[in-house]
Amino acid sequence: MSDETLNLTLRVWRQDNSDSEGEFRDYKLSGVSTHMSFLEMLDVLNEQLIEAGEMPVAFDHDCREGICGMCSLMINGQAHGPDNATTTCQLHMRRFQDGDTIVIEPWRAAAFPVLRDLVVDRSAFDRIIQSGGYVSTNTGNAPDGNAIPIPGKVQEVAMDAAACIGCGACVAACKNASAMLFVSAKVSQLAVLPQGHAERTGRVLNMVAQMDEEGFGHCTNTSECEAACPAEISVSNIARLNREYVRATLVNRD
Amino acid sequence: MVRVASEILNGRVPEGPVDQIWDKHRFNMKLVNPANKRKFSVIVVGTGLAGGAAAASMAELGYHVKSFCYQDSPRRAHSIAAQGGINAAKNYPNDGDSIWRLFYDTVKGGDYRAREANVYRLAQISNNIIDQCVSQGVPFAREYGGTLANRSFGGAQVSRTFYCRGQTGQQLLLGAYQALMRQVGLGKVEMFARREMLDLITIDGVARGIVVRNLSTGKLEAHTADAVVLCTGGYGNVYYLSTNAKGCNVTAAWRCHKKGAYFANPCYTQIHPTCIPVSGDYQSKLTLMSESLRNDGRVWVPKNADDSRRPSDIPEEDRDYYLERRYPSFGNLVPRDVASRAAKERCDAGFGVNDSGLAVYLDFRDAINRDGEDTIRKKYGNLFHMYHKITAEDPYQVPMKIFPAVHYTMGGLWVDYQLMSNVPGLFVCGEANFSDHGANRLGASALMQGLSDGYFVIPYTIGDHLARTKFEHIPEDHPECLAAIQNAQSRIDQLMSVQGRRTVDSFHRELGLIMWDHCGMARNKTGLETAISQIRDLREEFWKDVRVLGEGESLNQSLEKAGRVADFLEFGEIMCVDALNREESCGGHFREEHQTEDGEAKRNDEDYSYVAAWEFDGVGEEPTLHKEPLTFPNVPPTTRSYK
Ligand SMILES: Cc1cc2nc3c(=O)[nH]c(=O)nc-3n(C[C@H](O)[C@H](O)[C@H](O)COP(=O)(O)OP(=O)(O)OC[C@H]3O[C@@H](n4cnc5c(N)ncnc54)[C@H](O)[C@@H]3O)c2cc1C
Ligand code: FES
Repeated sequence: MSDETLNLTLRVWRQDNSDSEGEFRDYKLSGVSTHMSFLEMLDVLNEQLIEAGEMPVAFDHDCREGICGMCSLMINGQAHGPDNATTTCQLHMRRFQDGDTIVIEPWRAAAFPVLRDLVVDRSAFDRIIQSGGYVSTNTGNAPDGNAIPIPGKVQEVAMDAAACIGCGACVAACKNASAMLFVSAKVSQLAVLPQGHAERTGRVLNMVAQMDEEGFGHCTNTSECEAACPAEISVSNIARLNREYVRATLVNRD
Repeated sequence: MVRVASEILNGRVPEGPVDQIWDKHRFNMKLVNPANKRKFSVIVVGTGLAGGAAAASMAELGYHVKSFCYQDSPRRAHSIAAQGGINAAKNYPNDGDSIWRLFYDTVKGGDYRAREANVYRLAQISNNIIDQCVSQGVPFAREYGGTLANRSFGGAQVSRTFYCRGQTGQQLLLGAYQALMRQVGLGKVEMFARREMLDLITIDGVARGIVVRNLSTGKLEAHTADAVVLCTGGYGNVYYLSTNAKGCNVTAAWRCHKKGAYFANPCYTQIHPTCIPVSGDYQSKLTLMSESLRNDGRVWVPKNADDSRRPSDIPEEDRDYYLERRYPSFGNLVPRDVASRAAKERCDAGFGVNDSGLAVYLDFRDAINRDGEDTIRKKYGNLFHMYHKITAEDPYQVPMKIFPAVHYTMGGLWVDYQLMSNVPGLFVCGEANFSDHGANRLGASALMQGLSDGYFVIPYTIGDHLARTKFEHIPEDHPECLAAIQNAQSRIDQLMSVQGRRTVDSFHRELGLIMWDHCGMARNKTGLETAISQIRDLREEFWKDVRVLGEGESLNQSLEKAGRVADFLEFGEIMCVDALNREESCGGHFREEHQTEDGEAKRNDEDYSYVAAWEFDGVGEEPTLHKEPLTFPNVPPTTRSYK
């Protein structure tokens, strides 16, 4: 492995709180090892800022291994940066060139207001799940795990959809800021599994209604969401969501 | 000399044969009648497997629940990162498993330092957990015909681990999260995300509430309830580098400790054998490569210390598969403490690989040749992908390089059989308590414990407490609440006012190194004494020279970190005190003074078969030791051998 270092210009969105106007500020950072992760690079920037007496850049992160969905960032206009199937915390600096200017912004969507710098409020996603993204089974009610066999193939489809990490990249990448990919992943997982069948109709109707209420836009059908998704959630889930929705409107008698 | 309390600490385990205790106890516990449940309120701090399951299940019963987490959404608790799987005694593979065997393996795996009755209950409940999760739509791996699949994990000779690819924690957590969200939607749970617990509110010695900082606004809030359930996870980040998430902390538990809750076995930490090695001094965390990989991967180092050939060029006869050599019956699947120490032994002896010499190979060549790349990809695809991302090396082509890293903390707040701490009304579940894993945790058993505590234990035991206690309503402006807020505020003011030169991270890294060097994989008296004095000096310097910019009343991540590091700087000392006190080697606690000739851990059951529960007596003051004796009528202690 080559142990190169990079000199970079970082153009970072700074904003004190949700009411204030934000702006880009440029920072020079030198000697960045190509082995660093993108967030480690921001850590180094922050250490430098603190030493200079400037507020460090606020950004969300937690697991730093691509699974919690807490990290975000538009990097040069791309959600989670240039790599496929990669969260910002898994992105490494070997992906960049010496002398690059890197533009770093928060997710931009009306339903995800900025709290500070690069931190946004994604609680809309929780409210969508509250509206129906579950199976209503109280603790203690369950039959034996093997009572209902689930063919391996069905389980694989469910697992593919269930892999969504809830980061919001799909919304950020969409020019309409649509949450269709996120919603469709949960609807699909529970629609294909027998455990989800009983509530299938209400679930899709309620989740779509909540999505609209939160101010997410309509699907553009351009699959930007799929391209940005670090968990490789497929747009075929959106097709299933649409089918589920049509079916639900036909059978719904409430 | 350690100050030892004269009274024996009582775990309040009900009498009776171990396999009947829980059933009988459930019958003997007082019940809250359904109509009355809604009159009671419970605070649950943490939304991981333990907290998410607890909050959802108690709300289903009718209690009014307030749920808290520091992340922006409860779905992001660090349980999400668990990879390998969850154990249960289903015996679906028909390979001889049973509740008794899971119980036995877990007690033995914990090196006879856990409470038998708790472990038995855990094994009993394990099967209900799988059923519950399946009914929530957790997509566990299945066989072709549609039945649930199993794989093997370390420390067991049966296949009892259920999994969802390499993302088991994610799927289990999302199951619990969805159950929790359902209750939020029904108005039974009030959710408070981006809140950090900073203090416990006690009234007449009983836990009645918490103080939290709203991390979006910086405002302090008091919340009161009839009981508090702490599910705040482990404290591995005291080492700075660990497989924990960046926000994992000891703050909630430590503040409870300062309010009187005993801290049990703080020195029991698990160093996981298979993590991606450190690459530079900017490193911010370590990434685990799941233990499940040892099902198919073989661990080795070159036989010659100065072999500089590429691993693929090193022929079979020049490789030392040291786990298979030393432990023929368990081979690559020895428990974690054993595997970690064996890796350290090889690296210390100069056989380590990587530029640093601090790594060993985990090789899939034989498995790929045997089963094909597709099969391996199906089992571990996301782990291989993760490894590739981080190291830029393709593990389908070259062996992984791995090294042990801090992963899990068996120690935690002391709890009795009901999972209640010695502070009445304060319950502790999941990794935050000490109860079930003794001195070493077996793989795939933390998920089991978190969900067992949350779904199936606390919903019962809390009722017993609520039914037996008389509660007065505590308004949020009660003098004790205001005092606790004032207390948290003054600590924040103090942090902001130092205005020193050093960043919080620089202190944290330094503390981490002290802990790793002296209270890590191997410990000794001199080292621990050195560590204690170094921690004291560092703590003093922190309070003189830390720099936290900005304001308290705003989103301020430096301030969040500063509060956590300040607590780690107090907590690290008690870990070393505990490690110093325990003059034996057991599980993850390896005292160099106590080993056999071939370097295996030497337990001292005569003198140390007890839980060490420490009582706070002031920062930098020697804590008082309370001993809870451990007895093993069902699994008589033997020397743990995996040979
Ligand atoms: C990388 C990794 C892989 C693992 N793999 C496995 C595995 O395969 N099998 C297995 O059995 N175990 C595994 N484990 C261990 C297991 O995942 C954890 O022990 C377990 O999930 C802990 O669950 P918990 O609910 O106790 O805590 P966590 O999931 O850590 O949740 C803690 C909660 O507390 C909240 N919190 C913490 N501090 C505060 C505070 N001060 N104020 C407010 N809220 C707070 C957090 O927001 C969070 O919601 C793994 C662990 C790691 C790190
Ligand atoms: S920090 Fe968890 S996914 Fe990036």
